[in-house]
Amino acid sequence: MSAFFKLLARNRLALGGLIVMGLVVALALITPLLPLVDPDATNTANRFLPPFSDGALLGTDALGRDLLSRLLWGTRLSLAVGFAAALFAAVAGAAVGIIAGFYGGRTDNIIMRAVDMLMAFPYILLALAIVAALGPGLVNALIAVSVVNIPFFARNIRGITVGLANKEFVDAAKLAGMSNARIITSEILPNVVPVIVIAMSTTIGWMILETAGLSFLGLGSQPPQADLGSMLGEARSALITNPHTSVIPGIMILIIVMSINLLGDGVRDALDPRLKSGALSRPMAATRVDRKHTPAPEARTEGILSLENLRTEFHVKDRIYKAVSGVSLSVKPGECLGVIGESGSGKSVTALSIMGLVASPPGVITGGAARLEGRDMIGARYGDLRTLRGRRVAYIFQDPLATLHPLYKVGDQLVEAISSHRAISKSEGRAKAIELLKSVRIPNAEERVDSYPHEMSGGMRQRVGIAMALANDPDVIIADEPTTALDVTVQAQILSLLDDLRRERGLAIVFITHDFGVVAQLCDRVAVMYAGRIVEEGPTMEILRAPAHPYTARLIACVPELGAGKRKLEAIPGLPPSVDALPAGCAFADRCLKAQPSCKEGEILLEGTGSRAVRCLYPELSLSKETA
Amino acid sequence: MSIALQITDLSKTFPVGKKLFGGATGGVKAVHPMTLSVQTGETLGIVGESGCGKSTLARMLVGLLPATTGTIEIEGSALDNADPAEFGKRIQYVFQDPISSLNPRKTIRQIMDAPLKLLHGMDRKAREKRILEIFDSVNLRADFLDRYPHEFSGGQAQRIGIARALAAQARILILDEPVSALDVSVQAQVLNLLADLKREFGLTYLFISHDLAVVEAVSDRIAVLYFGSVVEEGRAEEIFAHPRHPYTKLLAESAPVVGRALSDPEDGHAELPNPLDPPPGCAFAMRCPYATDKCRDAAPELEQIGDDQRVACFHPLPAGPL
Ligand SMILES: Nc1ncnc2c1ncn2[C@@H]1O[C@H](COP(=O)(O)OP(=O)(O)OP(=O)(O)O)[C@@H](O)[C@H]1O
Ligand code: SF4
Ligand code: SF4
Ligand SMILES: [Mg+2]
Repeated sequence: MSAFFKLLARNRLALGGLIVMGLVVALALITPLLPLVDPDATNTANRFLPPFSDGALLGTDALGRDLLSRLLWGTRLSLAVGFAAALFAAVAGAAVGIIAGFYGGRTDNIIMRAVDMLMAFPYILLALAIVAALGPGLVNALIAVSVVNIPFFARNIRGITVGLANKEFVDAAKLAGMSNARIITSEILPNVVPVIVIAMSTTIGWMILETAGLSFLGLGSQPPQADLGSMLGEARSALITNPHTSVIPGIMILIIVMSINLLGDGVRDALDPRLKSGALSRPMAATRVDRKHTPAPEARTEGILSLENLRTEFHVKDRIYKAVSGVSLSVKPGECLGVIGESGSGKSVTALSIMGLVASPPGVITGGAARLEGRDMIGARYGDLRTLRGRRVAYIFQDPLATLHPLYKVGDQLVEAISSHRAISKSEGRAKAIELLKSVRIPNAEERVDSYPHEMSGGMRQRVGIAMALANDPDVIIADEPTTALDVTVQAQILSLLDDLRRERGLAIVFITHDFGVVAQLCDRVAVMYAGRIVEEGPTMEILRAPAHPYTARLIACVPELGAGKRKLEAIPGLPPSVDALPAGCAFADRCLKAQPSCKEGEILLEGTGSRAVRCLYPELSLSKETA
Repeated sequence: MSIALQITDLSKTFPVGKKLFGGATGGVKAVHPMTLSVQTGETLGIVGESGCGKSTLARMLVGLLPATTGTIEIEGSALDNADPAEFGKRIQYVFQDPISSLNPRKTIRQIMDAPLKLLHGMDRKAREKRILEIFDSVNLRADFLDRYPHEFSGGQAQRIGIARALAAQARILILDEPVSALDVSVQAQVLNLLADLKREFGLTYLFISHDLAVVEAVSDRIAVLYFGSVVEEGRAEEIFAHPRHPYTKLLAESAPVVGRALSDPEDGHAELPNPLDPPPGCAFAMRCPYATDKCRDAAPELEQIGDDQRVACFHPLPAGPL
């Protein structure tokens, strides 16, 4: 809760809104205690007194009634009616929305059709029709305003509820013996309340305005009772001769609606979890770079892509998450390097840092270099980086839907990917798109080129994802778990496709995965990551046969292999350390059976001979003894 | 041995093209009539690729989805009313996504309380005692009880999910991809825990997964699903080592295995049948290298072959190694 207020206070406009609104509400609350004259007492002798007159600070109206008194009492009434209407609309709308969303099917269909019909009427016409049917009066105006706002709440809440009703925790509640009514009140409602509050805070201003509108037309509060709308309405005839009678309530309406809307936007932003994580706070086009030592912009490297001591951190509030702490890697043309590690070990962040694709804030690259043919790309200007993205270094992600736009044909998206780097005619583009689809073995590519992503299966979409990556003949492909979401038979197809491509085109592939079977089949070399660092590196087959790092050895042992029958699995107890509180020394020490006191002191280096290297004081096999 | 779970001709058709009033215009057969039995204390593994009907089957078994045809019998007595609470006491479900199966706005204690209170009517003190016992058996600390789900790692959350299933005191657990969302090192922890619990409480498991190696490691028997039907069923140590159905063979050959060269057994041609317009014959015929005209005309039935294996194929592969 306090975090909520802090977020709200950080938004200056919302804070302003909150203060102004607070003052207005306070005034409305204490109005009966103030020494005001009777707002309805007419005094025709004192008609249209200007503001700052004796005994009438804001002047008087056409009947000589005190405007200050009428303004305060009117504000009080308008606020009360507005809040009541919002509350009523929210409760009724939420109830309708929850029932429609939770029960779904026919109930949902019928309810939502009715709601759609209500929404099809122009808003104010519907309100007028309701008041016309019920007769003028403040209570009827309140009902009318609530009713026209119910559909807005019903739709919003239904959308959220449908999402919640399909969540597994609702199924779990059913299996725990809960009745539907109980599930609605105890499982769904608590998750919906924040949305209701958001919807209310963003609409209440308009509801006050709408009630004022009805009163203005004489359909709301009836004379002599004052609310802001009726004050404005009564002043209409004197608009030119005595403008203060309309300006005063007009300003009050403006103040109320503005401050409520500013506050409402602030409440929405503060309650919306996406904003809390900083995800919507204007990410930069490339990851922020803040290196203490700037490495040479050019250097000779062995591979086509080389990382040198790359460091990427996430700065979230006062915490620093060291997602990648000093990773060095390199791949040659035609080579496939596997990067293996558990969730959160920093594989994806390493991959995204190369082309500055880590979201900033909160991501910051704090050290090291990522060299493409010797040239450091981390310090590169954004323009240069952009031409390199896709053109020289392409990515394939786990979820192909993340790279494919749902509303465009895949062929058009392929052409788009090419034409963003070089000019290409329409027919040439289409031909190239078909050729690309053929190269990733999509059956009848001539027809498929006009399909939309949703018309394809997961495996087919991932092949289109690969075709996108190949569109500009890149030199390096970074594949982040491209087959994790796919079935084994489809996975086998994609892996053999990637393998052929690198052999035919001399592509360098960095393949990120958590599956040793995949690494063993596709990758020449493998780097094992743990808590943001490489703990072991070397030729795949050698590492699988004789792992040197205790973590690698135990990770291999925990993976069941097909063909060994029913058995007890080797588990690694415990969890990896959180990267915002890494221990001194070896990050694996708490889970390692061989740990010694010396393991928890000082930095342990990645050392080795020949092609293998390990970061451990007491490795499973000593690499220096091996043939270098 | 007694039969813990017997399903007979269980099937599910989802209506499509439903109108506001009046019936549906067609249907998708997600599960074709299926007959399976699970012995008490046994683990039956179910494998198959996405969309083959694994989760639909699981959800019917726990009453979250009404079956279109067929019956479910638990320990000899039929479960005919589709009330999840009635099912809940006898058969429980462990969900694939451990985090989303826990309500983010409830404490772990509230989550654990629900089945004890609603299914077994325990009072406060009895619940407290029982929760501590269960938490002890799944290696969770008691101080987790007053925390909220987002504070837990995937592996811990999955243990909480298992604890909740145990609280209902059902003796049959449906485990729907219980470790797919977990890291390998944590996956092994949870699988071993499941094995220990099974021994301790004499549980029966139906273990659903797409990971052949995991299923093989935990199951006594395995059923292979394709397009809503069981195509092969047999002992875990046999079925992938000596597959008799061409699809089982394809699965076994596609699984990435250390030391086996990379190959695409199908050479890039894998088309799944259209569920709205299923083929008249064997659903696998369009991918099957052994398909004949007979296969395209009629659908093969699941039949006994060898001692302990059943297969639905007109031309089963010869017995013997792959
Ligand atoms: N936007 C972010 N804000 C804060 N921390 C982040 C963010 N993105 C990633 N991290 C942290 O960086 C670390 C490394 O994450 P990364 O995504 O690279 O892991 P990974 O090895 O790819 O894992 P997975 O196998 O789950 O994909 C993790 O501790 C993660 O929590
Ligand atoms: S350095 Fe020590 S604690 Fe770390 S892996 Fe090696 S032996 Fe284990
Ligand atoms: S029935 Fe025919 S098509 Fe189906 S799996 Fe057997 S051989 Fe193949
Ligand atoms: Mg990742």
